Order: sequence, then C-alpha cells, then structure tokens
Amino acid sequence: MTARVAAETRASVPDRAPTRVDIRSLRLPIAIMIVIALGAPFVIYPVFLMKMLCWALFACAFNLLIGYVGLLSFGHALFFGAAGYLAGHAAKVWGLPFELSVLTGMGTAAVLGLVVGWIAIRRQGIYFAMITLALAQLFYFFCLRAPFTGGEDGIQGVPRGKLFGALSLDDNRAMYFVVLAIFLLGFFFILRVIHSPFGQVLKAVRENEPRAVSLGYKSDQYKLIAFVLSAALSGLAGALKTIVFQLASLDSVYWTTSGEVILMVLLGGLGTVFGPVVGAVVIVCVESYLAQLGGWVTVVQGVLFVVCVLAFRRGIIGELSRVLHRPL
Amino acid sequence: MRIASRLLALVCLLPVAALAQEKVVKIGVLNDQSGLYTDLGGPGSVIAAKMAAEEFGNKVAGMPIEIVTADHQNKPDIGSSIATKWIDVDKVDAILDVPNSGVSLAIAKIVADKNKVFIDSGAATSDLTGKACTPNTVHWTYDTWALANGTGKEVVKAGGDTWFFLTADYAFGKALERDTTAVVQANGGKVLGSVLHPLNTPDFSSFLLQAQASKAKIIGLANAGGDTINSIKSASEFGIVQGGQKLAGLLVFISDVHALGLKTAQGLQLTTAFYWDHDDKTRAWSKKFAARHGGKMPTMVQAGVYAGVLHYLKAVQALKSDEDGKAVVDKMKAIPTDDPLFGKGSVRADGRTIHPMYLYEVKKPAESKGPWDYYKLIREIPADQAFRPLSQSDCPLITKK
Amino acid sequence: MNTVFGVPIQALFSQLLVGLINGSFYALLSLGLAVIFGLLNVINFCHGALYMLGALVAWLMLEHFGIGYWGALIIAPIAVGLFGALIERTMIKRIAGLDPLYGLLLTFGLALIIQGVARNYFGVSGEPYEIPPQLTGGRNLGFMFLPNYRAWVVLVSVLLCGSTWYVTERTRLGSYLRAATENPLLVQAFGINVPRMITITYALGVGLAALAGVMAAPIYRVNPLMGADLIIVVFAVVVIGGMGSIFGSILTGFGLGVIEGLTKVYYPEASSTVVFVIMAIVLLLKPAGLFGRTA
Repeated sequence: MTARVAAETRASVPDRAPTRVDIRSLRLPIAIMIVIALGAPFVIYPVFLMKMLCWALFACAFNLLIGYVGLLSFGHALFFGAAGYLAGHAAKVWGLPFELSVLTGMGTAAVLGLVVGWIAIRRQGIYFAMITLALAQLFYFFCLRAPFTGGEDGIQGVPRGKLFGALSLDDNRAMYFVVLAIFLLGFFFILRVIHSPFGQVLKAVRENEPRAVSLGYKSDQYKLIAFVLSAALSGLAGALKTIVFQLASLDSVYWTTSGEVILMVLLGGLGTVFGPVVGAVVIVCVESYLAQLGGWVTVVQGVLFVVCVLAFRRGIIGELSRVLHRPL
Repeated sequence: MRIASRLLALVCLLPVAALAQEKVVKIGVLNDQSGLYTDLGGPGSVIAAKMAAEEFGNKVAGMPIEIVTADHQNKPDIGSSIATKWIDVDKVDAILDVPNSGVSLAIAKIVADKNKVFIDSGAATSDLTGKACTPNTVHWTYDTWALANGTGKEVVKAGGDTWFFLTADYAFGKALERDTTAVVQANGGKVLGSVLHPLNTPDFSSFLLQAQASKAKIIGLANAGGDTINSIKSASEFGIVQGGQKLAGLLVFISDVHALGLKTAQGLQLTTAFYWDHDDKTRAWSKKFAARHGGKMPTMVQAGVYAGVLHYLKAVQALKSDEDGKAVVDKMKAIPTDDPLFGKGSVRADGRTIHPMYLYEVKKPAESKGPWDYYKLIREIPADQAFRPLSQSDCPLITKK
Repeated sequence: MNTVFGVPIQALFSQLLVGLINGSFYALLSLGLAVIFGLLNVINFCHGALYMLGALVAWLMLEHFGIGYWGALIIAPIAVGLFGALIERTMIKRIAGLDPLYGLLLTFGLALIIQGVARNYFGVSGEPYEIPPQLTGGRNLGFMFLPNYRAWVVLVSVLLCGSTWYVTERTRLGSYLRAATENPLLVQAFGINVPRMITITYALGVGLAALAGVMAAPIYRVNPLMGADLIIVVFAVVVIGGMGSIFGSILTGFGLGVIEGLTKVYYPEASSTVVFVIMAIVLLLKPAGLFGRTA
C-alpha cells in the first residue's frame, strides 16, 4: 500500500460521513424534543434550562462547521464571547431593547466571522485550527485590556429588558419561552441549510474538494459562507446567554470555552442533527451536578474526552442512530 | 359536616406544618476549589463554616443549620449562576467566602437584589464597602486599603521610602498599586516606577531586572497567589535581596509562605488579619482546624469564614429568623463582634468589619521551631486605624446621609 | 547614556539575555512535541501535563526518598517516559490511522485527567524545590547578574536540542523513524519492528518533556497547573516552526524567548500574547510554518 493510498483511506473528521437525511423522517424526534422543552420549565429550574439552550445553539452552530464542512475551529469562543459583550453593552449602556441588543451581538459575530473566516479559510486541518486559536487569543487579550469590557469583572448588571417593548423578561419562565423560540429558529435554520442545494455543495467540498473545484464550485466561497453562518449563530447563542445571566465575562472568550463546545459536539455526535443538543445537555448537567465535587469536574471532562475518542467516536446520537438504523 | 370541618382543619394545618418542616438555615460557601485560590479558601473554608455551626450545636433559633458548597472556578459566570440557583431553588440564606474580586462584585449585587446575606472574607477589593456597597454585604478580613495601609505605611516609616511596583495586570493588582502608592506618597516616600505583568506569569526574571535597574529600596509586589510566589522565587535566584533591595508582599497568605519555604521567603514583610500562632485562643482553634484539614494551618480567609458564620448565627438567633437579609445584616452591625480569632470588633455601617490588623515578618529558617512557625510580629495596627475611615468612603449608604 | 527607544543599552542587553534563557527553555520543551508530531503525526496535547509530572516526580523523590536533583534528572524522565509508553500502547495506537485531530482531542482529555488528579492531591500553591547547591549563586557580568542555574539550563538545552536534531536528521535510527511514518508497511517489510519504534519514539518525546520539568522545578514552582499555562505557548512554537521540523521548533523557541524579552521591556502586558501575534502572521505568510513540510 503506497503512502498515497494510505492517506486517502485515512478517515477524516468526522469518522462517518453524515448520510442524506430526509427531514420528514425527523418529525418524530423533533416533536419529542419540542414537547419536552415545553414542559420542562415547570419541573426544572428555568435558568438552568436556558443555559442548556444557549449552549445547545452554540453547539449546533459549531457542528455546522465541523460536522458538515469538516473544519475544526479552535477559536469559536471569539464569536460566542464577542456577541455576548456587544449585546451586554447594547442593553446596558446604549439602552437598546432586547431584540436589538441580541441582533447587535449577532451582527458583531457575523462581521468577525467574515474577517476571521477570510483569513483562516485558506488553510487546512491543524493549521486552520491554529489560526483560529491564535486569532481568538488575540481577541481575548483585546477584551482583557479594553475598558468597555470591564476586564475580568466583565459587564455586570445587564438588564433583561422587554420583548418588543411589551413582555417583561425579568420573569424566568417568560424569558425561557423566548429563548426556546429563538433556539428553535436557529435549529430549524441550520437544518434547512444542510438540506438545501447549498448544503449539498458543502458536502461535496468536504468529501472531495479537488473534484468539487473541478466541477466549477468555488469551494473557498462556500466554506466562507458556512463559516460566517456558524459564527453568526454562535454569536446569537452568546448574546442570549449574556441577557439571560445578565453578565458578560472574560472566560466566554477564553480558549477553554472553545474546548467545551468541541467536547459537547464530540460527545453528542459529530455531523448528526440532534447530537449537539444532547451533548450540550449532558455536559451542562454533568458540570452542574459535579460542581459540588469541586476539583473533580475537570477530571471527569477529561475522562469523557478520552472515552469518546477511543470507544465512542460516533457520540451518543451517532450510536443511537446506528442502533435504530435511522439517521438522527 | 363534621368530617368536612375536620378535613378543613387538617388542610389549614398542612401549610403551617410544611413551613415548620421546611425552615432550615442554609449557608453556602462559594469559592475557588480548583484554581489559583484553592489553598487560601477552598475546602478549608467549608471546614471553618462547619466548625462555627457546631459551636451552636448545628441549630439556631430552633432551625437546623445546613452548609452547602460549590466551586466558582474564578468565573463570574459560574459564580452568579450558582448563587442565583442557590437562592431561588435551594433556599440558601447566606453566602460566604467568595474570593476573586470580580466574582464577589457580581454576587454582592445578586444577594442584594434577592435580599439575602453576603459575608465576603476572600476578596480584596475595597469597592465592596465602597462604591459597590449594599445593605446586604459584610466584608470581613481584609481589603486593598487595609493591606496598603498596613504594609505600605510601616515599610516607609522603617526607611523604605523609594518603591518600584510589580503589578498584576488586572483590577485587583492595579487597585492595590493605586492604594499603596497613595500611602507611600502620603508618608513622604516616592514611587520610582512600576511594571504591569500578565496574570499567571511563570517567570519574573525580566520584570525583576527592571526593578533592580530602578534602584528602588523596596520592590512592592502588587499581585497575589501564584504570581507572588513566582516573583519571590525569582527574586531570590537573582540575588535581589542580597543586592540590598527588599521585597514587600502586599497580599501574602500563609499558604504562599508554606509553598515557598522559609529559605526563600525569609525577611518578607506582610500584613494579615489573622495568624494561627498569635495567642492561646487562635492556637487552640487552629489546631482543631488543622486536624480536620490535613495538618494545614488556617489562612486568614478561612478564619474569616468561621468568624463570619459565627456572627451571622448570633444575629439570626437574636432575630429568631433569617428571612430578611437586610434585617440580619443590620443586626450584625448592631451586635459587636467577639470571637477567639479576631478578638473584639464591630461591623460598620458600610458593611466593613473592623478588627486589628498585624504586620509580620517571615522568620529565618533558624528562627523557626517547627512546621508552620513562620511569622514574627512587628507591630499590631489597632482596629480604628486599620481600615479606610468612613470620612473617605464612597459607599452610597454613607454618602447619602 | 545610550538608549534604544527610551531603554538604556545595558538594560536592553540584560533583557535580551534573559529572553534567550527563557527561549532555551521553550526550545527544550517544544523539542519533545516536535519529535512526536514530526515523526509520529500525533498532536500531543498532554505534553504540558507530562512536563508537570516530571517536576512532580522530582519533588516526590526528594520528599519521600531523599533523592536530590541529579538523581531526579535521570530517574524522572525514565519514569515518565515509561508512563508515556503505556499511554501510547494502550490508547494512542488505537487511533493511529485516523485524522490527527482525534489524537489532539484524546491527548487533551488525558491532560485534563492528569492535571486534575494532581491538583486534587497536591493543591495549587505548589511545593518548594531548591536549586541544587552545586548550581546556586551566579556571576556578575557587568550589565547584569547571571544566576548559575540559568546558565546551566541554556547549556543543557543547547546540548539536547543539538543531539536530538542530529539523531533524527543524520543517523540511521532517525531515518528509520522518518521512513516509518511515511510508509509503515514498507519499512516493516524490511524487518523493522515499526510499532515498537513508534512507542519508543513517543516515550522519548515524553521523556524530554519530563526532563524539562525537572529543570524547571527549581526556578518555576512545582505545581499541578504549571503545564497548562505553558502548553499553548509551546504549541504555538511548534506550529510557527513548522510542524514537521525539529530544527524549526528549536529556532522558534529561542527566537520567541528573545522577542518575548523585548516585549517585556516595551509593552510588558502583552508579553504572554505576543506569541499568538507571531503565529497569526507566520501562518498567513507561510501556511506550513517557517520550516514545515506543506500539509
């Protein structure tokens, strides 16, 4: 076996290519998800659920990039955190209403996504990951020093505001349903993107970029658009998180946040539809319940990483979908 | 009819019964258990809180005392979501410790909004009793003003009148430098320069060289934890002290000195609110603490948690309730403080606990008679001089009057 | 007095020298990482944790067995290297054929575990470790006081970097290793036990990390988080130098030390971020790093 053949048979990330998913076949799992989400706030603390939703949206946005385009970014915290800061600043200092604050955050993330994406797209594999990491760390340093971010105190006391000037979001349950609605919007948007002609081109680029280019598709442009979409949706998640917790802090832009979202998507299942959501829910629960154990949380996270990579590469949903013989 | 009325009576009793069963005095110890500040508070603070509860027999005003704990990992995010959940869902009544100034400011606001009690003994920022003060906050142990005043003033009076600062590039470090600079200049000293270093710097050789070049008599370390330890270690290697300059650690805990060893730390001057070997009472308590904490002696933060919980419980007992946070804190301000660790003192109107501070110097290895025998007393700073006077306060509770 | 942008020449020289010393440390640390990636295509994210283990083992040997620095210098790398071989055999081999990013995630998880366990047992303030008596003190160079121990670090670093580079690039063993990565089956057909060589190479890279840890113990604190702060920087060094090139990371290590030293004089707050600036610039101009083989 020559080196070339060996290189070609070497699997790429993710381990198994996402199969063509018919949206109609997902109706049942989607319905289940919505029913659970509607009933949950009456049983579980809504703020905890909102944390899960924000991370789930972030994970879905990240999964778009790594699962369907095959690009592993180590700097997604940049978009998550930047949007958080801008949304917080908009709500607190500029006094913008809820919708506009969130849109400000999302817009910032999209613009940053364009800049970072344009710089990084030219590279592949580990170099792409490293450039995104470097840019994210530079942004972290900027946030550390810029006065408007509040340094390591962060922006505190961000008001929740009112939805469309009418519905007060200070009540946790009301806020929860708004966040849920936005999450579902994002989730369905991503689903639509994947099952569109655009999504098919992305898949072609992932499977065999030279061939796609030879067919006339400007692969770099497609990758860049996907990157910007992923960044914007990550920003949406970050902006929501800031408003929910009324706090924008420095560690949203630190590289460990990028690591956390990678773990969530890995655990849930790369390239699956529900994987990121499940992964986010599991990780948030694990962190919360283990908070009492103090220092052991990072050890458990490490064990999860190791187990996932060694034995569980398809992730929870990936394994489930294999067992049920249907794509999830 | 009779059955109905009996049922009605039962139903009326149920909520009362439920209330009576539910009432627990819950105390939450929130601190860093996995990062930079683990050793100054961490699990030790939980032990201290438990010891205070045990003084009351684990019950106060007929209600059982329960202690919960969580790790805020030095992140305001995590700290606030834990605090919110504790108060909303777990019915926690008082939050203790909270090192890391950024997190403590976030917690102070949340606790004030929800009218519970916040007793901070871990964070340094004097803003907690300054512009960010609330009627629900009590700040125990130390703050940047007290540290600057203690070490700064004493060192200048002893002849160290030219200073160079090594400052950690974040709010706490800069506040410490600012407060100490004010004290040095007020006492006739001069600051020859300063350098900002990033947080968590492993190697200080470059910054120390700059300090050496300035020829200042005193090198002030406006940093904490690992950065302070690293600075001191590098200084000893580069012969700073042999060269005639002295180090002033503006925030040093006994856990830091333990990590450095006396050979490296000797001669260092520091201000602290508590030292285990100060007198018989502190010794007795500390030995009990150490027995439960793997032989490690308590830091001033952990001592502050003990004293804070004790005083809180006294206030709850006097009021016979813990529902209204502001009322409990007002009671805490009304009752003078008295415990074996900090002696007699009081909680001021701005939430600042007043007690004496002490200036110590780290012993030479030959002077130490055993493990943890690290400090010798230079001077006690009486309670009324140790903290920022009310006349200089920018706390809205004070200035509004 | 002559000054360069407001800093006296003497002070500048001393900062450059300190920078060079730090650089030699970076070079030593990135050496193991470069060997592992260059020869094995494994992105070893637990390198920092293993470096910390080296320092920890040195301290444990002193505390419990009374074995000092010189003994630790030999025993710790061997002990940690064996541990590395175990990791390679049980875990890394299993993902050998996959995308190297899986290796990164696996080793990242391992790093979290190693560091977390160490931290729970030893706390974070660290343990004292003294400079061995033979290396204390220093000499006055006129423009600065140079501690002997730091000079020793530079010496060891230069020696090790030189010999590692020589072994991999100029000896037969090195060429076997390089061939084995490119075409394992063919090399195995020649009768060379490729899996064992890979394990040994990994263990050697890990041993280098542990050695750097022992060297760091007297000057940086021995504490469970010492690797976590450094790993990102070391990674950046290897990436800038070019991930296949050992010479590249050695050169970048020294270079970064010097540039960081300059930054500490003119803009000290940025000294821990300057490495990322360099990484971003280099990767934009030369996608595979300074000396790397194109991906």
